[in-house]
Amino acid sequence: MSYALETRNLVKRFGGFVATNDVTLKVEAGARHALIGPNGAGKTTLINLLTGFLEPSSGTVLLKGEDVTRLPQHQRVKRGLARTFQINRLFAKMTVLESVTLAVCERRGLGARWWNPVGSHVEAIDEAAQLLAQLRLLDVAHHETRSLAYGKQRLIEIALALAAKPSMLLLDEPAAGVPTGESRELFETIAQLPRDVTILLIEHDMDLVFRFADRISVLVNGGLVVEDTPEAIAKDKRVKEVYLGEALDG
Amino acid sequence: MTTTTLAGFDPAPLQRQARWKRAEYAFWLLPVAAYFAFGDQLALLSQIAITALFALSLDLILGYAGIVSLGHAAFFGIGAYTAGLMATHGWNQPLAGLAGAAVIAALAGFVTSFLVLRGSDLTRLMVTLGVALMLFEMANKLTHITGGVDGLQGIEMKPILGMFAFDLYGKTAYIYAMLVLFGLFWVARRIVHSPFGHSLRGIHLNMARMPALGTPVNARLIGVYTVAAAYAGVAGALLTQTTQFVSIDVLSFPRSAELLLILVLGGTGSLYGALIGTIVFMTAHHLLSDINPQYWQFWLGALLVVVVLFARDGVMGGLRALARRLPGAAK
Amino acid sequence: MTVIFDGIASGLLLFLISVGLSVTLGLMNFVNLAHGSFAMLGGYVCVVLLNRLGVPFLAALPIVALASALVGVALERTLYRRLYGASDLDQVLFSIGLVFMSISTAHFFFGAQQQPLQLPAMLSGQINLPGLDIGVYRLFLIVVGLAIAIGLQWMIAGTRFGAQLRAAVDNPRTARGLGIDVDRVFVLTFALGPALAGLGGALGVEMLGLDPEFPVKYIVYFLIVVAVGGSGNIKGSLYASLIIGICDVAGKYYVPQVGAFVIYAVMVVTLIFRPQGLFGRNAAK
Repeated sequence: MSYALETRNLVKRFGGFVATNDVTLKVEAGARHALIGPNGAGKTTLINLLTGFLEPSSGTVLLKGEDVTRLPQHQRVKRGLARTFQINRLFAKMTVLESVTLAVCERRGLGARWWNPVGSHVEAIDEAAQLLAQLRLLDVAHHETRSLAYGKQRLIEIALALAAKPSMLLLDEPAAGVPTGESRELFETIAQLPRDVTILLIEHDMDLVFRFADRISVLVNGGLVVEDTPEAIAKDKRVKEVYLGEALDG
Repeated sequence: MTTTTLAGFDPAPLQRQARWKRAEYAFWLLPVAAYFAFGDQLALLSQIAITALFALSLDLILGYAGIVSLGHAAFFGIGAYTAGLMATHGWNQPLAGLAGAAVIAALAGFVTSFLVLRGSDLTRLMVTLGVALMLFEMANKLTHITGGVDGLQGIEMKPILGMFAFDLYGKTAYIYAMLVLFGLFWVARRIVHSPFGHSLRGIHLNMARMPALGTPVNARLIGVYTVAAAYAGVAGALLTQTTQFVSIDVLSFPRSAELLLILVLGGTGSLYGALIGTIVFMTAHHLLSDINPQYWQFWLGALLVVVVLFARDGVMGGLRALARRLPGAAK
Repeated sequence: MTVIFDGIASGLLLFLISVGLSVTLGLMNFVNLAHGSFAMLGGYVCVVLLNRLGVPFLAALPIVALASALVGVALERTLYRRLYGASDLDQVLFSIGLVFMSISTAHFFFGAQQQPLQLPAMLSGQINLPGLDIGVYRLFLIVVGLAIAIGLQWMIAGTRFGAQLRAAVDNPRTARGLGIDVDRVFVLTFALGPALAGLGGALGVEMLGLDPEFPVKYIVYFLIVVAVGGSGNIKGSLYASLIIGICDVAGKYYVPQVGAFVIYAVMVVTLIFRPQGLFGRNAAK
């Protein structure tokens, strides 16, 4: 069986600095996989390699068994790989519905249509509205993105990724900057996503990770140290040494 | 499929966006009114229409896609010379001239678009400036083709569609320029409200997000830059055909700089800002330079400084702020 | 040989004028297209001092630099400072506005004609060597240009003020915390640009001419120096100026029909392939 997402011996060097060190990662289809690691472990670099924002120095990235290492970002998205950003990357001056409709139009291949107005693409608007309903954003559909509270904006971040109908979803610290109460709600929403969406979660909050993930990989100094079930990870000595000590400081 | 049945949800605000509003209909009555009210100023009015089209072109790339340019006169000039050279070589049909200018300018836009795909605003400003300067220098040196600083002379146009001859009073020229402006405005308006136009706004608002939505950002930018170049080319061609002369000024740096001012003055990213900015600018130019051409440049500079410091959203920004204060005006 | 020598002289003149632009752009992130206006100001001040007030040329130069610096500071305090951190486009529009105003002001006071400048006898004339004719004034330009280049490099890299400036640019907040008067550092740095530009403008009347269109005519050259040399890079500006000076003089001498085309092309190509400039530090930080 092929994996939803797989890397083989992925390496990224910046000058003499090795940011990603020989990472071989396998994410099973349908998994709730978490990637954890202390600050500076190279999590964001790894995400950037997976999505195509960066090109690896060596190694390969496979999406559903297919080599996508040299594909540009937007073509990986077309093949089902979507992501959210650790820091919101939204369209501040668009309404929520406009933003998500934009994303839906892109997925439906309507993005280059230049004659009929967006409003005439009824199915796309419909789909965007369904998505907003699913994320409980419908009541703010016509509000400008920048006018919303941060927690809501994080949801739009997820809505934009889901609009791509991904089979593989990368969530880069989806709860970053969200107050604790709201972050729980956020994770409930994420947990309700259908199982045919494989999720790779990067998260700092260990509570959330252990509640959410069924598989955890630990990244330290650019390399994978261990990969196992949450229970095993919780007991793992190496993980405690390299990670939990640091987490306690934070 | 029908519209969504989700409770309490109304997609109408998004669907209504592209509809023509009452104020827009009213606005387009202005050119008709101007024809009768200022019948002795038709040459100036034609100039306004042509410059408005040129400003519209810059708004497509700057206001929507967010590409700054300090050398947009390059495409205006290419259009002007194309139409001029076609006419001096026996292709005097005005519409053929416009088409030729659009095609050649679009080609130039397509080729140079690859230079502005990436880089900071500053890099783009300097690259576009550099390209325009190179063209200026070419036109300046290739005197046997362009006439150099003396300009390209001996342009004679046949009647439009074989029926409407250009007259001494500039009536035909005005109506011709205005119809072309309106037609291309209408197309531009469709473009900016289409999914393509929305994706341009997306690129402007958050360039880094767009690839993550599956958008081929470069292809979109190349597309709009090419279209905008064609628009500028048509504007240049109109100037050539209505004045029957091409001055090397069509490629000059002040023309690019003034265009930026016009757009910023009117307000970017609304299409109407480009039109209103042109009307305000050209009228002021006309009135002030009558008094003294050198003072005019001083006031132009002062205006730029003031707009940048205090009125960055331009006339359209002011109108929108006004509309928000008036209840019921948002219809 | 004479061509190369003249090229070096005009290169150093270019350096004098553009290095200030490079500093404001590279260190303070301000796109000051009005830089040429300061050079023009220096030129006119110099002309007035010499022709109307009878001040000797060498004595006039420091006055010119000071006057340009004062005008620069006045503008910085009232206008420029409001736009630190504004977008490149805003800064460009704003400074184009200043250019337009300066052009018509110059028109108003001096008219459109070229301004004559009588050089002192000790700086005119030629030294004739076998195969090489050295204009005394060009030699003078080279000496002044090099002296200022060395002085600047020393100031930025070797003095307390240079260290403060670098700190203020890297992180204004931390610099303030360290007790550095960031405002003052910025004003002084900003003043340096107009001062040098004014000086260059005065020295350049002889070679570049002086009329109200000066700021538009030459701004491209200054930008090219910055683009090719890498902004904020004094050595880079020096090399770039020399290359451009030599190419320009040689080009006009040997292939006049190509004109300035080559120089513009060099700028565009450099910007595309090495946005940090030919002599810039590596782009990856």
